[in-house]
Amino acid sequence: MRDVTSMLPLKLQDIALEVDGRRLLEVTATSIRNKRRTVVLGPNGAGKTLFLKVCHGLLKPSSGRLDFVAGKSDAEVRRRQAMVFQKPVMLRRSVRGNFTHALAMAGFGWRERRRLADETMAHFGLSALADRPARVLSGGEQQRLAIARAASLNPELLFLDEPTSALDPTAARQVEEMLELLRAHGMTLVMTTHDLGLARRFADDILFFHNGRLLEQGPADTFFTRPQTAEAQAFLENRLVW
Amino acid sequence: MLRRTFLTALAATTIAFTAFGPASAEDRFITVASTTSTQDSGLFNVLLPAFTAKTGITVKVVAQGTGQALDTARRGDADVVFVHAKAQEEKFLAEGFGVKRYPVMYNDFIVVGPKADPAGIAGGKDVATAFKTMADKKVPFVSRGDKSGTNTAELKLWQVAGVDLAAVRGDWYREIGQGMGATLNTAGAMGAYTLSDRATWLAFANKGDLVVVVEGDKKLFNQYGAMLVNPEKFPTVKAKDGQAFIDWLVSPEGQAVIASYKINGTQLFFPNATDPKA
Amino acid sequence: MLQDVSIISALWKIISGGDGDFYSIILLSLEVTLTAVTLAGCVGLPLGAMLALTRFRGRLPIIVVINTLMGFPPVVAGLVVFLLLSRSGPLGGLGLLFTPQAMMTAQFILVLPIIVALTRQTVEDLWSEYADHMTSLGVGRIGSIPTLLWDARFSLVTTMLAGLGRASAEVGAILIVGGNIAGYTRTMTTSIALETSKGDLPLAMALGVVLITITLCINGLAYGVSRIGAKLAGGR
Repeated sequence: MRDVTSMLPLKLQDIALEVDGRRLLEVTATSIRNKRRTVVLGPNGAGKTLFLKVCHGLLKPSSGRLDFVAGKSDAEVRRRQAMVFQKPVMLRRSVRGNFTHALAMAGFGWRERRRLADETMAHFGLSALADRPARVLSGGEQQRLAIARAASLNPELLFLDEPTSALDPTAARQVEEMLELLRAHGMTLVMTTHDLGLARRFADDILFFHNGRLLEQGPADTFFTRPQTAEAQAFLENRLVW
Repeated sequence: MLRRTFLTALAATTIAFTAFGPASAEDRFITVASTTSTQDSGLFNVLLPAFTAKTGITVKVVAQGTGQALDTARRGDADVVFVHAKAQEEKFLAEGFGVKRYPVMYNDFIVVGPKADPAGIAGGKDVATAFKTMADKKVPFVSRGDKSGTNTAELKLWQVAGVDLAAVRGDWYREIGQGMGATLNTAGAMGAYTLSDRATWLAFANKGDLVVVVEGDKKLFNQYGAMLVNPEKFPTVKAKDGQAFIDWLVSPEGQAVIASYKINGTQLFFPNATDPKA
Repeated sequence: MLQDVSIISALWKIISGGDGDFYSIILLSLEVTLTAVTLAGCVGLPLGAMLALTRFRGRLPIIVVINTLMGFPPVVAGLVVFLLLSRSGPLGGLGLLFTPQAMMTAQFILVLPIIVALTRQTVEDLWSEYADHMTSLGVGRIGSIPTLLWDARFSLVTTMLAGLGRASAEVGAILIVGGNIAGYTRTMTTSIALETSKGDLPLAMALGVVLITITLCINGLAYGVSRIGAKLAGGR
């Protein structure tokens, strides 16, 4: 029997990441809650990407605890999450090949891969690009491919690092529509962004970072209307350098 | 440990390659370590097919200088040696690597040099005088320098001429460490003298400015002999087939084939298997 | 004197089959070289990728040694194989000295470091791009090797061609371990060496022209195929 109970929330306790004696990330306590959209905000160099990579398990924290719901194996935890990077990694293959590769790595059989790839492409309007080499796609197309590729693995938890930065407004809107589809599907999303408009429209919860520290967290409404810290206020008033 | 691993890996690789090798059509073959002169002169092209036709044994010839050919046999990598340096051959026998030496044929060495003949030795009949003159005038001379039969003969000729090579050698004396053909190419290009066996010379196609300057001296005699590698030293030696090759070489039939080989009407090798002193 | 006309007539003679052994010499050359390069690829590509992706003590010295071995003198490789395969050597029992297999082994040894070294560099570069994605997919470094080798395929074709160039041009090693036996271990390059020493320079030159032409065809074919493939896959 497949275990279908959620592995969330993901709880972080006293997380610190140090490289060469420099403390790059510090999170006293927070959690990623099931079926919520968490947006990670903060100026440049605040540690947003590092936070995502630590949560996703790409970086091992120097100290602290990071726990999913008890009773899930490491492999299960890994299988149930995915990440889309700021600069999407495009394999030197066709668009379809990018899907089937990810699905193959996740252990799907040959027929299943092909079926899931075609379904996902159809779902996100990428079918016309199926046989194009991934690396000649436009920036927006590449970003959509990366998100759809991650989504094809049907993760419970999806991290997205600046999915709309460097995209023109049209492409950014298309990406936002994709994110809406994923939310409707019941996926838990954790995203960093520079786009305050997107954050306001999209976020359920906000995590605000400054200088590597998690300074403020809570429901989006509260954060945008009554920020607690001076740094958050300055950030929302565009007074902090990004 | 590492060495063992390496050897195992190499053995595995090599064995893997055997799967790709050409199917060995010739089940019966022997390996003959011989000299560049017998090969470069083209003698083997008529000799070997005649033997194979008669016996069904294929002969694989590795053509090297006499010294190297004898060393190849000393490692057990050949079944028969067919070379031309009697002293080295007798040493080989004395060391127990050979079974018995059979004289097969002879030809002669010649001194070749540029047509202009800067040493002024052309037409001489006494090779010792010619060598002495070359050393005195320090005209360019190309030596094989590879312990081959020809090289051995050359070194002996300097001795006979009373030239102490160690004392007089200089720029004029150039050891190139290569086969006869390469040595002739070099001598031609440098306008230098050299010692060659007559067979290679006759078959050599790039004579250019080179001509024979001294020939016909008894001291230029060049004897070829064949020996079976001692199967008691190396059990892998194909004694029966190897001996069959030698027996055929010295048989009237083999001797006749040797005598029949000619280039432009000139006979290159003279069979003398029946000469007990050869 | 060497004249163009004599080269052309020598070329005509060998191509028209006047020299009966010629085609078997070409076939043997191709067989030895292609086999050696193919096997070196089968071993060297994964080995190079492993070296790119694993971290262990002594890795850097190994990389330096392999980079150095790219310039391993063929005669030394030939001598090593000769001493090992000789009846008096440790592998003498195999009876493989003066065989095509011995030549393949020598060329394998010459080509392997080139393929390993160039593959390591290529795969290491690609890994820096793919690392996050593969880790995110839950695939480790070793598990990523097939993906990386496949995605680097167009660069790796060039790597294989470098190996092929080294093998097909080589004469020092195969002369020693093959013995240049007529009809058995005589290849294009050893024939050229032999004809040169016989003073038949037009024939040697004609053989050289044929060798270069064949190498050119193989390279052109491989390069063309990989360029078209790269274009289709949008790769570099």
